[in-house]
This record gives sequence, structure tokens and C-alpha cells, in this order.
Amino acid sequence: MIPAAFDYQRASSVDEAVTLLAESGGDAKILAGGHSLIPTLKLRLARPETLIDIGRIDELKGISEDGDTIVIGALTTHDDVASSDVVQAKAPNLAAAAAAIGDLQVRNCGTIGGALVHADPAADYPAAILADEAEIVVQGPNGSRTVPAADFFLDIFVTAVQEDELLTAVRIPARAPGTGSVYLKFPNPASGYAVVGCAANVTMDGGKCANVRVAFNGVSGVAFRDADVEDAITGTSGDEAAIVAAAECAGNGQDCMSDTFASAEFRAHLAKVYAKRALTAAVKAAS
Amino acid sequence: MAVSINVKVNGEAHQGSVESNQLLVYYIRESLGLTGTHIGCDTSSCGACTVLVNGKAVKSCTMLAAQADGTDITTIEGLADGNGLHPVQDAFWEKHGLQCGFCTPGMIITAVDLLDRNPDPSEHEIREALEGNLCRCTGYQNIVKAVQYAAQKIKC
Repeated sequence: MIPAAFDYQRASSVDEAVTLLAESGGDAKILAGGHSLIPTLKLRLARPETLIDIGRIDELKGISEDGDTIVIGALTTHDDVASSDVVQAKAPNLAAAAAAIGDLQVRNCGTIGGALVHADPAADYPAAILADEAEIVVQGPNGSRTVPAADFFLDIFVTAVQEDELLTAVRIPARAPGTGSVYLKFPNPASGYAVVGCAANVTMDGGKCANVRVAFNGVSGVAFRDADVEDAITGTSGDEAAIVAAAECAGNGQDCMSDTFASAEFRAHLAKVYAKRALTAAVKAAS
Repeated sequence: MAVSINVKVNGEAHQGSVESNQLLVYYIRESLGLTGTHIGCDTSSCGACTVLVNGKAVKSCTMLAAQADGTDITTIEGLADGNGLHPVQDAFWEKHGLQCGFCTPGMIITAVDLLDRNPDPSEHEIREALEGNLCRCTGYQNIVKAVQYAAQKIKC
């Protein structure tokens, strides 16, 4: 399979990429690691006139710390996120999500920025990004702006990043001491994509669950925070009975996806199962 | 649209002009004639097209040749040192890690990346690392044994 013909441009800086995007008039796509975009082009699901390759912009690569905040450049590969000591120590759910993506070769190429703007409903990062209350930094012709994770994922394959904007970084705020943070998934046995993935952050404060943040990807078309589960477990001791009761709320009101592998009913069931497992693991890690 | 690229493949510098939509695997096979790198699924699932790009295993059906400009690429043809097989190649021979051989170049290249980052992998870690490489003949048992054998040989 060969992608349809396109013009290929290479940007050497973020400013140049933004300028090239503006000049394209909306007919360009940004090429980062290419592991979502190139398969899409090969299937002719997308036929952009121009690809703007940002793969060599060093300022977009790498993981750093800004005070207590972890800053992950858009071009940082899944493998680099998964194997980062800083991410493993301070955002273990994000490291787990990165390690759960595809396979070794895919993780060597695919980037966190590319995966987030692609916004595949079965991707692994979105639940962790939501649970971590991350901030997504995007740059456009009018400068840089920051989008809270809660406002980032708008629909299947649709995010808050506009056509003339480029995602440049993800900022992960520090979590309180004593926070358990996990991401667990039920992978499609053939593709490895998340049928259901659940990220849970729980802080144990005086023996009670606090700052609970539970989010899902794979369940419905858009990743979401599950307020019903969060409210049900908050203030409890996080014992088995409380977790079972809270997990029963998972996915309530969601329009669950259905495909040849998993029906909507099965996904709804898996959401409860994974809420229970993720909360159990997060409480244990927090204690 | 033609794009000018410079790549080093198996230690040899190549300068060429590629179409912007040409995939790296086609450049390697058709422009350079290195047909040891195979095309299996063409959908980044099977791993038969895996090559090392700057030392990391990459599915060359999912990378544009233009993206590879300036990189150092190693294909299966570049692993042996003269007539001496690379330890991973030798291990696949010794442990019968192949039947039809179609997946073998990709398996070996991925195993080289694994052993480079983890010289002493457990059986589980080997199976995890090879999850992006599909074999339809052997059932993986001897492939895993071959990687274990290669790890031992490299350590000695």
C-alpha cells in the first residue's frame, strides 16, 4: 500500500512548522513519528496535499522537569516515556500507558504528541492524561496556549488543537505524596489497542481516599473522567466493599463502542472490571 | 515530489532521490536491492520489514524514505561480519529458530535491539520484545530459545 502523492516539507523549528501550516491553508498534516498518520495515508483515509515533517526539531524532544511539573516534548517517543526514570517515579500511570502501546518497534517511533492529536478512542495515553490532569501546550500563529486535559479530547479523532496549531509539549503536574497511580488495560488480542483502559490516581489521606481521579479510554468514542466512580470512592477507606461499590458505577451513561471483538455490553462490563482492578491497585500503591 | 536523501545503509553511504510517498522498505528493497528485508502485512503489524534505524528497531513499511534522511540503517544483510554470522543469526541457525524463514530477518533485527538494551532478558521479556513480529510456522518456541542462546553467546 502506497500513500497518495503529497508535497513533503521539513520544518527545522516550531516557528517554521507553524508558518508552513499557515501557508498550507488547512491542507497539510504534521508528520511526527508517523505511526498513526502513515497507516492512515496508506489506507487513503487521509489524503493531505502536504506533509510537514517535524521529526528533526530537537526542541520538541525529551523529558524535563519544571519545578514539580514533568514536561514531555511532543516528539518524545513512547519508548522514551515508558523508560524514563522521572516518569516512572512521578507519573507511573503514564509510563504504564506508554509501555502498553503497540510493540517495541512502534514505541521506538511513535510519539506522545502524535498519539494525542490523533485521538484514537482506543489509544492508551488519554486515560492517564485525564487522570493526571495534564496540560497540553499548543502553538499557533498567535503564540502558545495551554489546554487542560479535560478540554482536549473533543470527539473521535478530534481534539482542541486547531488546523493551524502544533502540539508542542505535555505538562504533568506533581501529585501529592502517598498517591497511587496506575493504568491497566484489556488489550485487543490481535491489534493490542485498548478495548478498555483505566487510569486511576488515589491519594490516601488519613486513611481515606482523596483526590481520586479515574479515567477511561476505549470504552466510548472519547476518553473521559468518571465522576460517578470518583465520588463513590472518595472519603472511603478504599476497602474491597467500597471499591466494588464504586466500580459498579463505571461507565454509567456512556455511549459504549461496539465492534466485531467487543460489544457495547461487554465494554460496559469491562469498564466495571477495570475500575475495580485499577482502584485496588492504586489504593495498594498509595498505602 | 522528489526528495533528496543521504543515508548510510550497512555502513555504505547512499545518496538518492526518492518520491515523497515512497516507504523506506521499498527504498531498501527496490532502490538498493537489499531484499533481505521483507514485506509481510504492510500494515505495521507483522514486523517482517524491521530494520535498525540509528540502532533502534523500526518497521520500515511505516516510515517514509524521506524521514530516513541522515540516518544510519542496518538491514539483515549488514549484521554478519564477513563470513562470520552475527551471534543472533548464529543462534537462529543453532536453535532452529525458523522454518520458512520469511519472518526471520525481522525477528533477528528486533532481537538485536532487545539484546542491545537488555543483555540478559528473561523468557517473558523476550516474548514481550518480539510481540511485534509474527511467525506463522514455528510457534515461537525455538525463536525464544535462539534469543536466549544468543544472549549467552554475546555475554561470553
